[in-house]
Amino acid sequence: MTETPMLETRDLARFFDVSRPPLQRLLAREGKRTLRAVDGVSFSIPKGTTLSLVGESGCGKSTVARLVVGLYSASRGDVRFDGQDLHAARRDPAQRSRMQMIFQDPYASLNPRWRVLDIIAEPIRAFGLVKGDAAQRERVAELLTQVGLSPLDGVKFPHEFSGGQRQRISIARALSSNPEFLVCDEPTSALDVSVQAQILNLMKELQSRLGLTFLFISHNLAVVRQVSDRVGVMYLGRIVEMAPAETLFTSPRHPYTRALMEAIPDLEMSGRQRMPVGGEVPSPIDPPSGCAFHPRCPLANDRCRAERPELKAHALTETACHAVEEGRG
Amino acid sequence: MNSLLEVRNLRVEFPTRRGTLVALDDVSFAIEPGEVLGVVGESGAGKSMTGAAIIGLLEPPGRIAGGQILLEGRRIDNLPYEEMRRIRGRHIGAIFQDPLTTLNPLYTIGRQLVETITTHLPLNPAQARERAIEWLELVGIPAARDRIDAYPHQFSGGMRQRVVIALALCAEPKLIVADEPTTALDVSIQAQVIALLKRLAREKGTAMMLVTHDMGVIAETADRVAVMYAGRVAEIGPVREVVKHAKHPYSSGLMASIPPLDRRVDKLAAIDGSMPRLSAIPQGCAYNPRCPQVMERCRQQRPDLLPAGETRAACWLYAHD
Repeated sequence: MTETPMLETRDLARFFDVSRPPLQRLLAREGKRTLRAVDGVSFSIPKGTTLSLVGESGCGKSTVARLVVGLYSASRGDVRFDGQDLHAARRDPAQRSRMQMIFQDPYASLNPRWRVLDIIAEPIRAFGLVKGDAAQRERVAELLTQVGLSPLDGVKFPHEFSGGQRQRISIARALSSNPEFLVCDEPTSALDVSVQAQILNLMKELQSRLGLTFLFISHNLAVVRQVSDRVGVMYLGRIVEMAPAETLFTSPRHPYTRALMEAIPDLEMSGRQRMPVGGEVPSPIDPPSGCAFHPRCPLANDRCRAERPELKAHALTETACHAVEEGRG
Repeated sequence: MNSLLEVRNLRVEFPTRRGTLVALDDVSFAIEPGEVLGVVGESGAGKSMTGAAIIGLLEPPGRIAGGQILLEGRRIDNLPYEEMRRIRGRHIGAIFQDPLTTLNPLYTIGRQLVETITTHLPLNPAQARERAIEWLELVGIPAARDRIDAYPHQFSGGMRQRVVIALALCAEPKLIVADEPTTALDVSIQAQVIALLKRLAREKGTAMMLVTHDMGVIAETADRVAVMYAGRVAEIGPVREVVKHAKHPYSSGLMASIPPLDRRVDKLAAIDGSMPRLSAIPQGCAYNPRCPQVMERCRQQRPDLLPAGETRAACWLYAHD
């Protein structure tokens, strides 16, 4: 196990200044306010594997996605892409073309005035990968076929396609620069369930065929289970549990992970009485002391209220929880 | 004995410059008192449109072009606007996906609740305010007496949806039309809101039409379920039957494509293609281009709902002639 991971983050953090304008702040006699969207996240993704980050809205998972492709700069910590510093890598087009991103909304992420051919060819042209119009058209046709569309679809506009087909176009565009690493931010959340299955199958097939590495962001645990090798569960800007997918789903340890799984309505119709977790996700501007989950946690005690737990490994699982560590869970 | 709600051969059309689009065609079902009917389908199947037609809030230029909607045996699809407005709220409550569009941002939630209660029930404003506080407590708003004079933006998304539920139920309607009531909420909040809706519907004996794309929500909440496809009911029956032993190839395909939480599968069962646009609904059965069991007849003739085991399915596989 000496191979360099595709992506590695150490103590990654991103804060946003959400203060009111200075004059208003002065009048109201209040200080600056900082939203700690991501606060100390470390993980690494070995080549050819999929790491998923799951969590509810506001947990910071999409901010992590934007940090690792350089759309946001980090407030603290660092990101290493294939062993080198992300900022250095981003300055080099040859390195930059190795990473791509797929967004949630296939309606907003494709330019409605461009033909599909031009949308998919843009990264090819930007990185100067294929010279000559004919060769570019050929490459686009190959990409369209690869994602299950027809080469003839290149002359159409995005509005002529359904949501699932548009997401295929987004994937073809992402693949056009021959990337090794893809960041997928909720790629199927805007799609209907039967179409979602098509896209998930396509992503898995492309991964095994092209040896891609994925960072997969989702709020849907069932989807995450289908695609991941490892899963990190986020709550209020931090990873509270990280484990191989099978381990996480068969023996979740952190009380928040267990609550999330408990909350999902299932098709088993066993008539079980679910015990929904109470309360709501607190504000990341003013997070609770100690463990951020303690106000909703059935196992919380004084230590949880005072001291913030760090991620600690137990067998295959890393958990940030005093109760699990002390064997109270 | 009349059903609480009966929808008969409902047809909704949208006249456009390029011809008339048929958004709902020949939709029929009934809801009995106290029953929860789930309506599922993918986007564009017409499930929200059905709800909107029932509460008389179709977006123009959409209009009911055929069929009838009966509430306790009385037609409500052809009532003048003012009369329908009195029925809405008093007899049929509505809950929508986004609580911010239901609540008026300029009025306190107390004022909105009191207005609804005094409009529909014989109570004076002071009594109505007390009733409003009771409802807020019932839907789980902490410190209801203090928060009744707060504005919608002062509540979180989950709390706002609780206020909307109070607003829909406070005039004690017999039927609630809930259109994706938990879709905008996080999963842990969704579980709380569903548990609340279920409990209140049972305690108050309110019937509910629950429109959602989330089969898990339906499986846990509904008594019966109607699966819609391209503006028609593809299958309708007891929820357990439809979830476990769906008869229509579309319903079984839909169930199979839901990623399971309890295991990993190598390849999910996807349905090829996507739902047709309203302007290009295929001849015969609308599902025929995607159906793995398609027969010659499916391309020619449109099937009506036929008995299929314990459910009814609009599929020629169940024709015995």
